[in-house]
Amino acid sequence: MNHPPDAAPPRFAMRGIRKAFGATIALDGVDLAVSEGEICGLIGQNGAGKSTLMSVLSGALQPDAGEMWIEGRRFAPHSPHDARRAGVAMIYQELSLAPHLSVMENIMMGAEPMRFGLVDWPRMREMASGALAALGRDDIPADAIVGNLSVASQQLVEIARALAVGARVLVLDEPTSSLGRADVEHLFALLRHLKSQGHAIVYISHFIEEVKSVADRFIVLRDGRNAGSGHTAAATHDDIVALMVGEAVGNLFPRSPRTRGEAILEVTGLEPGSASFTLHRGEIFGVAGVLGSGRTRLLRTLFGLEPVRSGRVRVGMYSGVAQPHERWLHGMGLLSEDRKEEGLALTLDVADNVTMSKLSPFGPVGLLFPARQRGAAARWITELAIKCAGPWQKAGELSGGNQQKIAIARLLHHDVDILVLDEPTRGIDVGSKAQIYRLIDALVADTANRKPRAVLMVSSYLPELLGLCDRIAVMQRGRLAHAVPAESLSEHDLMMAVTAGTVV
Amino acid sequence: MTTRSLIERAGTFLGLVLVAVIFGVLVGPQFFSPTNLELMARQMAIVSIAAVGMTIVIVSGGIDLSVGSMIALVTVVIAQLLRMGVSPLAAALGGIGTAALCGLINGVLITQLRVVPFIVTLGTMLVIRGAAKGLGEERRIEAPATWLNDLLRVTRGEAFVPSGIWTVIVLSVLIAALLRYTRLGRHVFAIGSNERMARLCGVAITRTKIIVYALSAALVGVAGLLQFSKLSVGDPTVAVGLELDVIAAVIIGGGSLLGGRGTVAGTLIGAAIMTVIQIGCSQKGLANWVQQIVTGGIIVAAVALDRIRSRASRS
Repeated sequence: MNHPPDAAPPRFAMRGIRKAFGATIALDGVDLAVSEGEICGLIGQNGAGKSTLMSVLSGALQPDAGEMWIEGRRFAPHSPHDARRAGVAMIYQELSLAPHLSVMENIMMGAEPMRFGLVDWPRMREMASGALAALGRDDIPADAIVGNLSVASQQLVEIARALAVGARVLVLDEPTSSLGRADVEHLFALLRHLKSQGHAIVYISHFIEEVKSVADRFIVLRDGRNAGSGHTAAATHDDIVALMVGEAVGNLFPRSPRTRGEAILEVTGLEPGSASFTLHRGEIFGVAGVLGSGRTRLLRTLFGLEPVRSGRVRVGMYSGVAQPHERWLHGMGLLSEDRKEEGLALTLDVADNVTMSKLSPFGPVGLLFPARQRGAAARWITELAIKCAGPWQKAGELSGGNQQKIAIARLLHHDVDILVLDEPTRGIDVGSKAQIYRLIDALVADTANRKPRAVLMVSSYLPELLGLCDRIAVMQRGRLAHAVPAESLSEHDLMMAVTAGTVV
Repeated sequence: MTTRSLIERAGTFLGLVLVAVIFGVLVGPQFFSPTNLELMARQMAIVSIAAVGMTIVIVSGGIDLSVGSMIALVTVVIAQLLRMGVSPLAAALGGIGTAALCGLINGVLITQLRVVPFIVTLGTMLVIRGAAKGLGEERRIEAPATWLNDLLRVTRGEAFVPSGIWTVIVLSVLIAALLRYTRLGRHVFAIGSNERMARLCGVAITRTKIIVYALSAALVGVAGLLQFSKLSVGDPTVAVGLELDVIAAVIIGGGSLLGGRGTVAGTLIGAAIMTVIQIGCSQKGLANWVQQIVTGGIIVAAVALDRIRSRASRS
């Protein structure tokens, strides 16, 4: 079979794409097509399979099943290089430009015009200027250094490069996350212009309003499947949210009896974040927001990893700004969203990772007896059912779910009262997720032998927030709104609030 | 200890055995005679103790290129102090203290200017070499003969192993224990493995790094003392490029320039491998260029083997 089943072949099509990682099925028969002169919006919650689908399209991953076509020809890239040569241009949130090189070098990278075996600079300047002019941006000088340009202009350079090397499909992943409002307008105008020239564009975004504004059609992914699609003109924000959310989740989320105790964390007018809230013992407080909404920054500021601009923070008896080591002393612990880069030291063993914030119990006057350290770690390995060969195994050799449990075990080893959890279940398997949900619930539950703790958590997976939290506040474009009781919210309401970002 | 880490450590040790056997065959049984072994131990001592210090720095994810210059400065300081009539013990401590001060300055510059250690110590390598030449008026400084000249020598009626070598052994054991059995040691590993995690966990990064550079430099000070003992003069031009031998010993011994990995035992074996090659080549009458090619090959092979091993363990 050399042609897709459709009569008029779209510029780009994928059919029945499947991809599994071990037991986790990330994509389960996904279809996507985009025609010439069309912008197709791709929408879905975190974990719906958008990024896996894009990795398949860009050649970074090979699908287990399914087929792809570009202009009616089979397309099976084995590497990102293959995909680029076939005309797939990916513009990621994190731009991939060489910041120290000039605009023209970046645009013509890998396709530099040559003359007698040397770079033909005048021709390069001409071609790059032409590419920029075609985008209506001849105000960007071809010999400017890319690192000195604004983010919006850098993005434009990246788009110019994609077009200069003859892209057949342009894929933009969350292109507005770091743009101001005026730049978003410019970008949309540019995308409409490119559409009118016959380009085929896939536009991925969390913001439904953006998709409605710029795309012709939309496709919604949910749990690795096509949840629905349609014309943006005919669908309301509500309709699209309904497709993203799907049916209610079962009782994955346990709820033990909780009693709200004393206020243990008080935040007043904290900047960055415009945050004011109070956290009590025996309570889980959730922060909902899309990537880039400033939710992670808020947690890091509270923990002393980023500077406080203004506002007050009281942790237990202590008021004022503090460094991370002081926060640990105040009984606060942070679980980083970035397990590999910040959460764990992957080349060190499990025992070091679990106990690093508090080594003092393992010996007097600065000494440390490894047997005691490993004993402490072994206790958490048993209690959290961490699958590893022993406390001496390197953290990097474990699965994502077990790594995450190690990172959480650190907070338990330190016996903190306030657990600040940033995306506690990101990128881990369903079984580990359920265990972590039970654990978080147990931390704030009424118990006889310990005062209940308090949990402040951020998640982009809304059912998780709704299932676990007592109160939820929405964070949007760097501002935290007032908290509302979780039981008064439906997933639909919350999704509406979270995705109502830019209205262009 | 686990079987895994046993094999990892044995890997370097097997390398040493292999090299020793090769030269044992080439040179003959006298290669392993007590006198020859003692010669090798003495030859090894200076690089070894500096490499033990460098192990701490490399585990913390840093590097110190000023080691060779520090050794030269220490020999000059000791010689000048002895000429001023200071007691040998005070002169030795003065030399070690000077090196520790250099390390302290390295640590402060690295943490306060936030410039990478490679660049800072490349700069101080030149500064310290210049200081040594200035203090030594660009020539060798003769010093009165004292017991400091006998640290690497076996004097009549004394124990078989010279006191300088005992010093190296005792200090190595202490540093190995520091890395494994103290909080400071685990903090050094944490910073080297993932500095962001260390910060998240509340590790005092600035203070720890300054201690690392100062402590390592104090050990380099001991290396300088042994160098003085060997030369019996202060020489501002000695030990040029020695930092590369020192770094090589750590790397052959399983240290990683990315930080978070390295052991004192491995480093000593690494230093021993290099010494066996050097002595073996010269006793076999092989030219210096052969020695250099073999040593260079060993460094690349050691790191390549390590890569293959870690790739195998991951899959």
